[in-house]
Amino acid sequence: MSTLTVPAQVPSAAEDCEQLRKAFSGWGTNEELIISILAHRNAAQRKSIRQTYAETYKEDLLKVLDKELTNDFERVVKLWTLDPAERDAFLANEATKKWTSSNQVLVEIACARSPQELLLARQAYHARFKKSLEEDVAHHTTGDFRKLLVPLVSSYRYDGDEANMTLAKTEAKILHENILKKAYSHEDLIRILATRSKAQINATLNRYKNEFGQDINKDLKADPKDEFLAILRATVKCLTCPEKYFGKVLRLAINKRGTDEDGLTRVVVTRAEVDMQVIKEVFYKRNTVPLDHAIAKDTRGDYEKMLLALTGHRDA
Amino acid sequence: MTTQFFDEANVVGKTFSGFGVDENSLISILGKWNKDEAKTFRTITTFFIQDERHFEKWLVEHLDQLKREFLRFQDAIVLWTMHPWERDARLIKKALTDGPKSYNVLVEIGCTRKSDELFGARKAYHSLYDRSIEEDVASIVTGIERKLLVALVSSYRYEGPKVHEETAKSEAKTLYNAVKNAGKKHPMEDEDVVRILSTRSKHHLESVFKHYKEFSDGKGMEEEVEVYLSLKHTVECLSTPHTYFIKVLEEAINPDADEKMKEGLTRVIVTRADVDMKVIKKEYPKKNGATLVDKIEQMANGNFKNFLLTLLARGE
Repeated sequence: MSTLTVPAQVPSAAEDCEQLRKAFSGWGTNEELIISILAHRNAAQRKSIRQTYAETYKEDLLKVLDKELTNDFERVVKLWTLDPAERDAFLANEATKKWTSSNQVLVEIACARSPQELLLARQAYHARFKKSLEEDVAHHTTGDFRKLLVPLVSSYRYDGDEANMTLAKTEAKILHENILKKAYSHEDLIRILATRSKAQINATLNRYKNEFGQDINKDLKADPKDEFLAILRATVKCLTCPEKYFGKVLRLAINKRGTDEDGLTRVVVTRAEVDMQVIKEVFYKRNTVPLDHAIAKDTRGDYEKMLLALTGHRDA
Repeated sequence: MTTQFFDEANVVGKTFSGFGVDENSLISILGKWNKDEAKTFRTITTFFIQDERHFEKWLVEHLDQLKREFLRFQDAIVLWTMHPWERDARLIKKALTDGPKSYNVLVEIGCTRKSDELFGARKAYHSLYDRSIEEDVASIVTGIERKLLVALVSSYRYEGPKVHEETAKSEAKTLYNAVKNAGKKHPMEDEDVVRILSTRSKHHLESVFKHYKEFSDGKGMEEEVEVYLSLKHTVECLSTPHTYFIKVLEEAINPDADEKMKEGLTRVIVTRADVDMKVIKKEYPKKNGATLVDKIEQMANGNFKNFLLTLLARGE
């Protein structure tokens, strides 16, 4: 469930643009005004604001934000203002350009989005980067990572609820056999995770647990330092329990010395309108601290205010 | 029996040979023959055999062939009328069911459709079969071409004109080396070969194939990979699809063609009628002496023939 709060009477896009223009005018920037508007508009409304701003002031709102804002606050506002598909395309491109084997952004986009959202991201990628997502991922990744990531970003999973139990049994067995042999990048293992529907994968992994005694992710922890295994575990989590996955990213982002703002920003911005409410509950359960307290403790200023607004904090 | 009768018997014999059925001749001849003429026909023709219990029995194989030839018109109409997405989805399903000899259809659809058309087929496949194309291809295809085929049906290529010449040249070299190294490593198992052919845009690949010739003393890549069927088809479909389609037509019209190959005639004409049939028609006689229209006049019958000729005449 979304944590975004939108006022009962939403001003027109034209009124919002006028206010934003005021926020940029003169010396300095009225960040509070920006937050009070943008942090309380949904994707369709933000899109309308961007269009209206461009038509009225002949400037791309994003370029203005780029000019006027700085640092973490700028990044969170810019990412938030983007259309979800464009945002995913931007994040994916960023991830391929500075790809490291610990980067899980591509897995998030390929697995935690719906098949339709992934398609939209791929379309947005064409439009913005004049390349296909898969060609950039293929070009910038290597070895086992490429073997997994390219099929993941190219997938268009069936989105129905049905699962075939016989298939679940067979494929649970295949997964288990390959894990026992430590053949973590085996074709069949990747095939199952990259092509089966989420419902089917759920059924298969439940079967796995029943049959072999453990969650597959426990079995995939054989070597805690192995980064490929980490990506596999992320894949499984994003496909089956994204709230838990994102709750963990938040926990690790906030606990890190100095906070990993990128991770924090990314999760809040990409999940605020999706399942942030559930993520908050998961976070609280795991950390005994509400998410907004954790955010308030570790971040400052306008960046903090924006994050709190997006996660549904009452005063923001 | 008169000469007229033997002429008529000849005509009837010919009505089922080739493609489709000459409905009008069957109506006018069979409809008027008396019992003696019918019996004589059964005695002299090879469609029937003298049974030990003293009657002329219809050969089962011929009844089956008749069924297929009568259905050929229906199948053509149905295929033509279908939404292109459903058409491609069903063709893919059939190719997977028919087995390795039909896998060229997977390459055909993966490489000669526009990006949105291929994605449309993926959507239709969900609706028709409750599965994704990639999961079926990945789990059904077991041969060495699996990686390539899965990648081809999952692609969502950029379609703009932008090409990076340096990259194209270096990728041409990569392909050339992979082909040279074929003795040690099968080119279809080479990750870079699959990456380049399945993710790059068609314009980019045009440049790649051009540069390839600089390394191979002028020989095109499709020539050098002739023995690797799926790879050869891939290169052909990506560079000069009409060459590929002409070969499919030639194979279909060949007297030794089996039913699956014969189906290529309907498939190519229906799917290319509004795409590149003009080029196909223009290039066809260069290797085959006769024009495609002449060949169809010669080898097809009745409504099926008329329908194909009508499709071939579109856009003129």
